[in-house]
Amino acid sequence: MANVLIYANQQGGNLSSNAREALAFGSSLARSANGETAAVLIGPGAGTAAKEAIAFGAEKAYTIDSPLLAQYQVELYLDAISEAFEKSQSTILVLPFDRKGKDLIGRLATRSSASALTEVIDFKVEEGTVHYVRPIYGDKAYGEYTINRKKAVIGIRPKSHEPASRDENRTGDIIPLKIDLSEEVIVSTLAEKIESALSGVRLEDARIIVSGGRGLGGPEGFDELEALANVLGGAVGASRAACDAGWVPTSFQVGQTGAVVAPDLYIAVGISGASQHLSGITNAKTVVAINHDSEAPIFKRANLGVVADYMSVIPALTKALKKRMGVNTG
Amino acid sequence: MHIVVCLKQVLDPELPPRYFKIDPETNRPDDGVADMVMDSYAENALETAIQLRDKIGGATVTALCLGDEDSEDVLRRALSFTADRAVRVWEDEWENLDGQAVGHILARTIQSFGGADLVLTGYQASDIEEGLVGPVLAEELGIPCVTLASELAVEGSILKATCEAENGYQVIDVPSPAVFTIVSSEKNVPRLPKVKDIRLSRSKPIEELEADDLEIDAERCQPAVALRKVYVPDREVACEFLVGEDGPELASGLAGKLMELKVL
Repeated sequence: MANVLIYANQQGGNLSSNAREALAFGSSLARSANGETAAVLIGPGAGTAAKEAIAFGAEKAYTIDSPLLAQYQVELYLDAISEAFEKSQSTILVLPFDRKGKDLIGRLATRSSASALTEVIDFKVEEGTVHYVRPIYGDKAYGEYTINRKKAVIGIRPKSHEPASRDENRTGDIIPLKIDLSEEVIVSTLAEKIESALSGVRLEDARIIVSGGRGLGGPEGFDELEALANVLGGAVGASRAACDAGWVPTSFQVGQTGAVVAPDLYIAVGISGASQHLSGITNAKTVVAINHDSEAPIFKRANLGVVADYMSVIPALTKALKKRMGVNTG
Repeated sequence: MHIVVCLKQVLDPELPPRYFKIDPETNRPDDGVADMVMDSYAENALETAIQLRDKIGGATVTALCLGDEDSEDVLRRALSFTADRAVRVWEDEWENLDGQAVGHILARTIQSFGGADLVLTGYQASDIEEGLVGPVLAEELGIPCVTLASELAVEGSILKATCEAENGYQVIDVPSPAVFTIVSSEKNVPRLPKVKDIRLSRSKPIEELEADDLEIDAERCQPAVALRKVYVPDREVACEFLVGEDGPELASGLAGKLMELKVL
């Protein structure tokens, strides 16, 4: 039997979609291990979010409602979550491997002498043992791992699961935890926040993404992609090569390091399809590739392919879609 | 200021998928056709370390690698980047270490140096992709950790890191000593080493350390996870190639196909 505790990120009482994914994964893991599913909610609004977590599948919810946790602060969050892991007597802690998860998971595991796994996309039970599945070697392969320690901290790759669905009729206990948090532990401070200059939709939330890579040949090519994205109501992304070249800011990056996305439509322009990029679009529904090299690996992941110089296609495509969509909506 | 940069050697991630094979005996990739190279984020970390050292009078860079003899190549490369010192730590029984065990051993190694003011690692290595070593190392050393840093600066006793945030960037201030995990950016594109430095790197010593030189906790050196099975998933999609005489014709065909999708 293994009890599962899910750290569900909340803001003002609302659960993030990463949190709902973690709830879906965590409760199915608990069911397979004949254990209990609990969630931990921290910061102002934790009480409201606890009710939500139960509606989304947790059997009980722990809350730590301290004003010190209103903003994400790594040292305080570490203290709060590791205390909750301890007090809940769970053996598995599940978190999304998102921006915060990247700070927290290795450190939480070290504190609890637990095993850690990140980028987990699935699990299966073989002869009573849970095998966690995660991509390795830039998504070229999948690895199945088992845990050697009594406890484990599992980081779920965002966008790898259907978020849990809501059922208001679910009930469960809400247990406030008394934890002594002290500002004295704070060593890292946020000095400055620079919001991305991206206009429109966030990459992670976009239903349509037009991305450019090294094949664009320079920053100018992104103007054409922007025009196309505007017509489609989508966002502009980029490969690591285009970001490293300084053509667009790193915040545009789609891939294993940048944004992991799951849009309905992903248009890859001048992107060869390095596996680290493909790992960021594993769950994209329809992928369109436009590349002059018919041998580019991106075509192995694409549903629709156009082998051509992008400059001969994109402006014409923007124009054609503008016309057609105008007809549709008018 | 003593800067330690932790380097990892990995299977060349540029290896095309069609050459990528897993040896079922060892659960490791068949490295017959692939080169071993320095992990690219580790290389960004090395570049960051060297740039920072060159701005700070009296600072030194130690390149540290946990690996067998084959990984001397990455340390030679670090020396050709003008790292001041190269250290390799290895024990034959460490064949199947995971990120947590590596974090522990690196922490003990850094302690054996008398500590460091700044420890840099790549954010995540391109082989096992855990992203654990930096945070585990920080926790083992009991010092702060800033992840996903693309730029570093030192202002007095404060270290300033520009990092990826959920929606843009943020600048995080921490006191020294601290661990930073580095991502690639236009500021840390690895240099092309000078011919002179490459030549010099060949004759520089590489210090070797083993378990007995360090105060290692045998328990924490045991892998916390076990890799049971590795396989190459079949993910190939049947791509429908559009045909057309020229750009506009292809564009028109594609526009038609896109309109058929329900997403527009």
